[in-house]
Amino acid sequence: MSFDDGEELRRRDPRVEHILRNRLHPQHESLISAPAETRGPSGLVRKNPHQIGFIGPNGLKRIDRLAGNGPVLGRDVRAAKVKTEALRPLVSIAQAEQFVVAVMDMVGGRLTAHDKDVLGQAQQLAAEIPEVCAVVAVVFGAVKEDAFELAGVDRLIHLRGEDYQGYCPEQSIAALQVIDQKLSPRFWLFPDSVHGAGELGLRLAARLQERPATQAWQVSSEKTTFRGGSQRTDICVDTPRLLLLAEESAAPIEDTRHEVVPMSELTEDLAAQVLPCIKDGGQVAVDPKQISLAEAEFILAAGNGITDWEQFHSASEILRATEGASRVAVDDGLMPRNTQVGATGTWVSARVYIAVGISGAVQHLQGIASCDKVIAINTDAGCDMVKRADLSVIGDSQEILAELIQLCELRQEQEMKQGVEHVA
Amino acid sequence: MLPELKVVALVSIGQHIKSGRFQRADQDARAVELGLKLRGVDLTVLHAGSADEPVLRRYLGAGLKAITVLEQPAKADIVGPMCEYLNEQGAQIILAGTKAECGEASGMIPYLVGERLGWPVVSRVADILSVANGEAEILQALPRGQRRLLKVRLPFVASVDNAADAPRQSAFGPGQRGHIHRVQAAVVADELSASWTQVPAKKRPKRLAVVKAKSAADRFKAATAKSQGAGGVVLQAEAPREQAQAIVDLLLEEGLIQ
Repeated sequence: MSFDDGEELRRRDPRVEHILRNRLHPQHESLISAPAETRGPSGLVRKNPHQIGFIGPNGLKRIDRLAGNGPVLGRDVRAAKVKTEALRPLVSIAQAEQFVVAVMDMVGGRLTAHDKDVLGQAQQLAAEIPEVCAVVAVVFGAVKEDAFELAGVDRLIHLRGEDYQGYCPEQSIAALQVIDQKLSPRFWLFPDSVHGAGELGLRLAARLQERPATQAWQVSSEKTTFRGGSQRTDICVDTPRLLLLAEESAAPIEDTRHEVVPMSELTEDLAAQVLPCIKDGGQVAVDPKQISLAEAEFILAAGNGITDWEQFHSASEILRATEGASRVAVDDGLMPRNTQVGATGTWVSARVYIAVGISGAVQHLQGIASCDKVIAINTDAGCDMVKRADLSVIGDSQEILAELIQLCELRQEQEMKQGVEHVA
Repeated sequence: MLPELKVVALVSIGQHIKSGRFQRADQDARAVELGLKLRGVDLTVLHAGSADEPVLRRYLGAGLKAITVLEQPAKADIVGPMCEYLNEQGAQIILAGTKAECGEASGMIPYLVGERLGWPVVSRVADILSVANGEAEILQALPRGQRRLLKVRLPFVASVDNAADAPRQSAFGPGQRGHIHRVQAAVVADELSASWTQVPAKKRPKRLAVVKAKSAADRFKAATAKSQGAGGVVLQAEAPREQAQAIVDLLLEEGLIQ
């Protein structure tokens, strides 16, 4: 067992301790070092400077004048955490005979948890195939992900360029069809999600005239169980070649590292020669008030601490945030019932949640459990919302909101100016 | 409303997620609603299956004059006969729900129909804004309530998302008075599904957070340690201006404001 990973363990050796206690032991002399202070032959006290103190965690010598009674030094918890993770063993496949291809969602250019589950499933299936099998990940568009090797990607096909910007199902399917012809993969895996890869799976199945299993959640190379309509039936089938996997169908890769070899020879001649019938007109600005609270990305929520409601509404407008409220604000009739966040209201899943004047009742904190980033604006530094928040701002909410509005207005003005200059 | 347009809505039998009672399929009812918006009561509504199904009366109760039913037995591949019928009718826009609520519910129907007819398929449609000069402007529903504008040339197949307008209420009287056209069609057996085994679904277990500790000390720590609230940044003494700036910086980092 090695201790080079994680924290250092302090081990006691009872035998050595026993020898150190027993002055009559034959090895006692060799184990104890000479004491730091001895009385010399002339009766003077001699100090051995090499024996005093100990080497601290930063390599400097430290002298403990409190004789062990002070606070423990040299065990900085944060420093221990920073230690680099042990390198996982590398799995490299030089010549693959079979392929399992997984198409990734890549929301915001990064692998989602669902993507990683799909890659985990792909590795499981690859292990079940008797021949040497590589997992190929197919990604479209701009990519920000830098941990493909830890997610279990043996080969990477990255389709970029103008053809694959925005919504381009026809070009993507043409590319997947070429991959199907060239690699003839043993399995095609897709995450069954709303982010695009699921749709590609259905399109590819229609194009290849094959019947896929959708919402598959128990998959081996022989049998597959998938959920039927309305989540009411489980259907067990012989595993088809195309699989759309439900969330958490398999565990993601955790123990191994894989070499992400780009399949450049494939991606070169994948330049799509399709004439697309669907033209992407880009995203449309949506009124944040129309977005339902449960799926809103950015929520500004108000609680008991708000006094100036006009200001709150103008803040949500200028930030383009969806409005939420705590139960108190709703009960007092200051906000409509459908804006209530929490156990009795809506369970929200926002990426950023700003709680203004909300102290954070348990029910409210339950409701925002799946939010990524929480910002608290509150007068009380000790409230539960501040403990939950990633960024807490202690002060009068009215002043802070006023400053926030001012800053946003400033930014907008600057943008306007820049825009005018640009045109000129 | 566009009187010269031939719009067909495909409907299926829905099922309540908890009680299992048969009802209008939600997305299909939304497709009918979208069709009514485009075409009015002359909308063609097509169902493949049994014409004696009482749920079809609920669709009629939304104010339709008639529903066309391609008579098909329970286990049959309906895509071929349906495409043939759609081709005969000269449909220009085909609307369908994204996923069925009964049976396999793979959501393949719009894609199979599109592939068979050679038409483009637009998925997750929230609204059709306009149809002019043989081109339709479509709002596509994205996750988190976002929308994307698409332009498609006619004819096309559209799968309708939950974000589309909610269907109007179904009235009993008009539902009983509406007409059900029976159309005989060829039957293609679905052999593959005969070998499937179906069982009632059980709740899937949630994934547990497994502690992968290498030493006993790590395991002990994982078992006993309190989850320390990481505790974010607290700005207490700063001026309101600086505090607001910190919030703006975080929002910029997350890309929520430009």
